[in-house]
Amino acid sequence: MDAMNTKRQEDAVNKMVQNEIKMSGKDVCVSYGEKQALFDVNLDIPAKQVTALIGPSGCGKSTFLRCLNRMNDTIDICKVSGDIRLDDQDIYDHDIDVVELRARVGMVFQKPNPFPKSIFENVGYGPKIHGLVRSKSDLEEVVVKSLQRAGLFEEIKDRLHEPGTGLSGGQQQRLCIARAIAVSPEVILMDEPCSALDPIATAKVEELIDELRENYTIVIVTHSMQQAARVSQQTAMFHLGKLVEVDETDTIFTNPSNQKTQDYITGRYG
Amino acid sequence: MTDTTNTYVKTASLEERRSLQKKRYASERKFKYLGLGAILVSLGFLVMLLMTIVGNGIPAFTYNYVKLPIDLTKVDPEKPEKANYGKFVKSAIADAIPYMSDRKGKRLARGLVSGGAAIDVRNQVVGDVSMAGQNADVEVPVSDFADLYLKGLTAKPILTKPDAAIKVSDVEGDVDVTLSAAVFDEFLARVKETISSEASRLNTRMANLQLSLDNQREIAANSQDTLAVESAKKSITSLEAQLAGFKTKFDALIVRRNNTAAREVLDTSMPSLLLKVGGGVVKITEVEGMSAKGEVIIPLEQKEASAGEWQMQEILEAEENRKFSDKEVAVVDRLVAEGRIENRLNTIFFKKGASREPELAGIWGAVVGSFFTMIITLALSFPLGVAAAIYLEEFAPKNKFTSIIEVNINNLAAVPSIVFGLLGLAVFLNFFELPRSAPLVGGMVLALMTLPTIIIASRAALKAVPPSIREAALGVGASKIQAVFHHVLPLAMPGILTGTIIGMAQALGETAPLLMIGMVAFVVDVPAGIFDPATVLPVQIYMWADFPEPGFQQKTAAAIMVLLGFLILMNAIAVLLRKKFERRW
Ligand SMILES: Nc1ncnc2c1ncn2[C@@H]1O[C@H](COP(=O)(O)OP(=O)(O)O)[C@@H](O)[C@H]1O
Ligand SMILES: [Mg+2]
Repeated sequence: MDAMNTKRQEDAVNKMVQNEIKMSGKDVCVSYGEKQALFDVNLDIPAKQVTALIGPSGCGKSTFLRCLNRMNDTIDICKVSGDIRLDDQDIYDHDIDVVELRARVGMVFQKPNPFPKSIFENVGYGPKIHGLVRSKSDLEEVVVKSLQRAGLFEEIKDRLHEPGTGLSGGQQQRLCIARAIAVSPEVILMDEPCSALDPIATAKVEELIDELRENYTIVIVTHSMQQAARVSQQTAMFHLGKLVEVDETDTIFTNPSNQKTQDYITGRYG
Repeated sequence: MTDTTNTYVKTASLEERRSLQKKRYASERKFKYLGLGAILVSLGFLVMLLMTIVGNGIPAFTYNYVKLPIDLTKVDPEKPEKANYGKFVKSAIADAIPYMSDRKGKRLARGLVSGGAAIDVRNQVVGDVSMAGQNADVEVPVSDFADLYLKGLTAKPILTKPDAAIKVSDVEGDVDVTLSAAVFDEFLARVKETISSEASRLNTRMANLQLSLDNQREIAANSQDTLAVESAKKSITSLEAQLAGFKTKFDALIVRRNNTAAREVLDTSMPSLLLKVGGGVVKITEVEGMSAKGEVIIPLEQKEASAGEWQMQEILEAEENRKFSDKEVAVVDRLVAEGRIENRLNTIFFKKGASREPELAGIWGAVVGSFFTMIITLALSFPLGVAAAIYLEEFAPKNKFTSIIEVNINNLAAVPSIVFGLLGLAVFLNFFELPRSAPLVGGMVLALMTLPTIIIASRAALKAVPPSIREAALGVGASKIQAVFHHVLPLAMPGILTGTIIGMAQALGETAPLLMIGMVAFVVDVPAGIFDPATVLPVQIYMWADFPEPGFQQKTAAAIMVLLGFLILMNAIAVLLRKKFERRW
């Protein structure tokens, strides 16, 4: 009985540690000019977990994701209000350096977009501009490590100085992941990273995401319910710019509390 | 669903579809052939243009020089520039052409050598002092018409070796020529042809006169206006007199033409015939099948020659229609035979600046002027244009102000270039008081003209870089500047460079704005810097095209070739840069 109690307590502690909040959004509203795209979204993103954002097209998943590293700043007409925090610090605060924020919150895009440069330069670019490496050998180490973590190194180790654009689609996407992790971010945002990939490449990337969870907090937008179920621990369902439901992935997929979520995951619309 | 389609859409029958298909194929074929035709036509024009330019220009790249034995013994090696080279050249010409001994002949001989020969010799001696104090064979340029003749561009002769023996009555002065066979027949026939065509020309003039005569007669007969009748009567008498004069002339010509064997007197309106016989030259003045009268131009050594040992030289172009007389032809031919004439690369053309004498005018001044001007243009318009494009494309907020700027830049590209010249005149010359005719100002004006081109091309190139590249850079934490300079700009570079080179090529060929700021000035010296008065290639071409001398016509074509050469070179560089920087993404 005692033993069981302690076990329970341990679990609870574990869970609390696990559920330490890395990023959080409070009352996030986003509008593009006249058109409001997000309405009062409140979402916590637990550390070292994968959070999946799902929902029908145009419901604001990407918009929310791009708020998390202020990628929306690049769009002139985009206005963000509300409170978004990274480690309890408001990232829209005046004295936040966007460049530094984006180094901490990396991003992987829907379509693989390696620079038209060599694989080495692709991965080394981030560390170089952030001054993370002192010497050439340091840089080499970072590049190799990042490629290894992205599970790409073995495949391309003799081609480090060939153009990154010459790789296959799946390899390119993993290269982009390697490029993102080369600057040692804390959070990685992924916007439908597998939508342009074939099933085998997708499986590889999913496997990679699962491994990366150990060290990084990951937020992934996905269109595939199976993918959300496979890789994420928490799932947030968006609909028409509103956050409809957020819960542990298992719960969402087995016992959604919202009818819309139920409809969506059973494929009734979307 | 399928039901509705079947009910509402009446499907075309097989034949209808066939004929539709046929029509479609036919129109496609027609369009294809039209396109092909258009390309062939423009290609044809291009080839024609190039061929005329190259054909006209090539001769100007070489020039003929005559070797003169010049007595330089009186030149002081200490002060070689101080001697009277004009006199030396004059006496050297007299030595080289001794058979032109009378005053007129001497003048003619001197006219065969370039007017700038003395200056040229002085320059040569100053350049190589060891020539001073010696008797030296010096090469000097021939006159422009002699050069044209030597290149076969004027007074083109036909040489034949007749199959008859010849006897000339004397070695100099007026002579009689007798032949053993009627080898002059053919030439005589040509003379008759000339007469015949002159007769027909006269005929048309007579017809015209007759028309106006009839007209006046009508007025005289029917007009109520006494004044008009009076003046009509006056013109009738004068017209009748003219017509009568023409008529007699015409009749005489017809008689001459019809009498095919009759002796003809050769005046300057007739083809010329020169005989190269016994070491001299006889110009024929009266000709018949087997005999002729003539005048010795270059004294003979022998009065007789057998078949195959003498030559007939016919020049069909009438002497009065050309600027190179029979005597000059004879003398130049003699100089060639003596090996005194050499055709070689026209160093003057490539090394010298402008001159009023075609044989002394060169392209180098204009090339250097163009070079300095282009440097200024590039140095101003490239950084400014690219910076403006980057700002507008990557950083500028999208508001009314920037869109007004955008529209105006696009409009600037369509402004006629001469307007930029006016602007340059008003602002750079009159307000800032910069030097006239200087490459600095020319470059500034052309930079203004090139800027819109570069900005538009650069913006298009920047826009063509996919946004995903920018996102990728920003996503790993590059600042906006870093994203632009590390990733976007390098990818846009080929497009930017192509646009720049196209803009520069435009500027290189521009004349009008430079005329406004005085770069049309006659500049003899090759400019040494951007403040020196200078001219540029297209302006030089423009000026040369305006000069009447045929020597300048050649130079014009040659200068166009040089300009085209530079343009082709620039375009080749653009292609190479494109290839080199081009990357796929
Ligand atoms: N750059 C933009 N400018 C204007 N409207 C945008 C822009 N990006 C997205 N939107 C709008 O915002 C809404 C949400 O878009 P998005 O976040 O991309 O949806 P999702 O990623 O869920 O498919 C859509 O209605 C879309 O039209
Ligand atoms: Mg999206």
